[in-house]
Amino acid sequence: MADPSELKHTPLFDLHRELGGRMVPFAGYAMPVQFEGIIAEHGWTREKAGLFDVSHMGQRFLLGPDHETAAKALEAVTPGNLCGLKPGRQRYTLLLLDNGGIVDDFMVARSPDPDDEGSLFLVFNAARKDIDDAYLAERLPEGVTLAAAEDRALLALQGPAAHEVMARHCPQAAELSFMGVRSAAFALPQGAVDIHVSRSGYTGEDGFEISVPAERAEAVARALLAEEAVRPVGLGARDSLRLEAGLPLYGHDIDETTSPVEAGLAFAVAKARRESADFPGAERILAELAEGPSRQRVGLRPAGRAPVREGAQILGESDALIGAVTSGSFAPTVGAPIAMGYVDRAYAEPGTKVQLAGRRGSEPAEIVAMPFVPHRYRRSGGKQSGAA
Amino acid sequence: MTTRYTKDHEWVRLDGDTATIGISAYAAGELGDVVFVELPEAGKALEKGAEAAVVESVKAASEVYAPVSGEVTEINAALEEAPQTVNEAPEGDGWFFRLKLSDKSQLDGLMDEAAYKTFCEGL
Repeated sequence: MADPSELKHTPLFDLHRELGGRMVPFAGYAMPVQFEGIIAEHGWTREKAGLFDVSHMGQRFLLGPDHETAAKALEAVTPGNLCGLKPGRQRYTLLLLDNGGIVDDFMVARSPDPDDEGSLFLVFNAARKDIDDAYLAERLPEGVTLAAAEDRALLALQGPAAHEVMARHCPQAAELSFMGVRSAAFALPQGAVDIHVSRSGYTGEDGFEISVPAERAEAVARALLAEEAVRPVGLGARDSLRLEAGLPLYGHDIDETTSPVEAGLAFAVAKARRESADFPGAERILAELAEGPSRQRVGLRPAGRAPVREGAQILGESDALIGAVTSGSFAPTVGAPIAMGYVDRAYAEPGTKVQLAGRRGSEPAEIVAMPFVPHRYRRSGGKQSGAA
Repeated sequence: MTTRYTKDHEWVRLDGDTATIGISAYAAGELGDVVFVELPEAGKALEKGAEAAVVESVKAASEVYAPVSGEVTEINAALEEAPQTVNEAPEGDGWFFRLKLSDKSQLDGLMDEAAYKTFCEGL
């Protein structure tokens, strides 16, 4: 385990301690794994709203002379249609190796403000940001640069009550629809603070990600936590929430050996890019799209009550090894253990019966469709849905 | 009945020559929400220090070792339906199993409540 004294702190470290967060090392940072308890925090996020500190993630500005130049530079290393990214919109994309493996999965956002022309806002995984920086440094053309926004914190407010809470503090943010982004003024007693906010997250719930200058982060967090509907949530529940939502976690469910098609992320390979076939790994990825990948990421429901963990083998007929579990946990909203993993394509159909061989021997499980819990994103804009 | 504790955070409570065994409140707190407990079968002979049970929290699995040698006489079957009892009452209704002791003197090497408290404070 890492020496605690060498761990980095986010701008909310002191607040986590004050709130009773149990701090653990994660990607070089001291982060709260839980406050009240993972199951309680998970349930609260699904029913009300959870506040997550995700400041360990890598916030970056990709800077070019104009949108097309910056977007083209990023398209050279991703399969997304980023030239077509409209002002005020965000997209999920993948940094790819030449063999089609995934370097990182991340969000890319284009500000609606004409003054930000040529700038894209990226959010990398904490454990990958240094690798991403090095990879991009090698591949970016002259005139396009990557700048770390290390002086900013990132908060995620997730859950069905996120909308009404946000509407009180930052009405402009509450008007965003799913994957919309903008700059906005977040009201605070000591004076408003400018935030970059997107309507997104990684829990399957409606919600927001709020990028805020580090020195104002605690004030923003305290203002949100003062709301009755908002409680702090740690990384433990963040993991169980994203697993229920069927969302892959880098380093577990996707890595440099998995392709977007194997990982079930073919939606991130844009139609125009399939035609131009000009992204890293295009040969492998287009062949997998045409012929099907040899293995696929699937959801798993163990028959018993015991959680199945990462690394458990997946066995098919006659106990043949057909894959491995990449994430597994007890799923609080489902009320049962769930898992995801990779299996040979012949076994990927939902309803297929398999065996999972872990530490306590082998037990039956079924391949199931994901997500395990339906997504509740607000696609039609802040004012329309009746959920709030 | 006095309760004794191991450095692995199991507790043992002796009644006659039967010992009830569970995990300490400290251990339950460290594990977080318990979602599954795998218990030994009644009749199984356990050697002191052998793996006796597995307790699974949302995040991870942990082994529970037999603090003393003996034969399993009873298991807490209620934990199958209600594993959260381990968090709610770790040193009461959240007990794991009972052993008929083969050597009572093994208890002498375990910590009493005060010594265990000091031990946990030093962790």
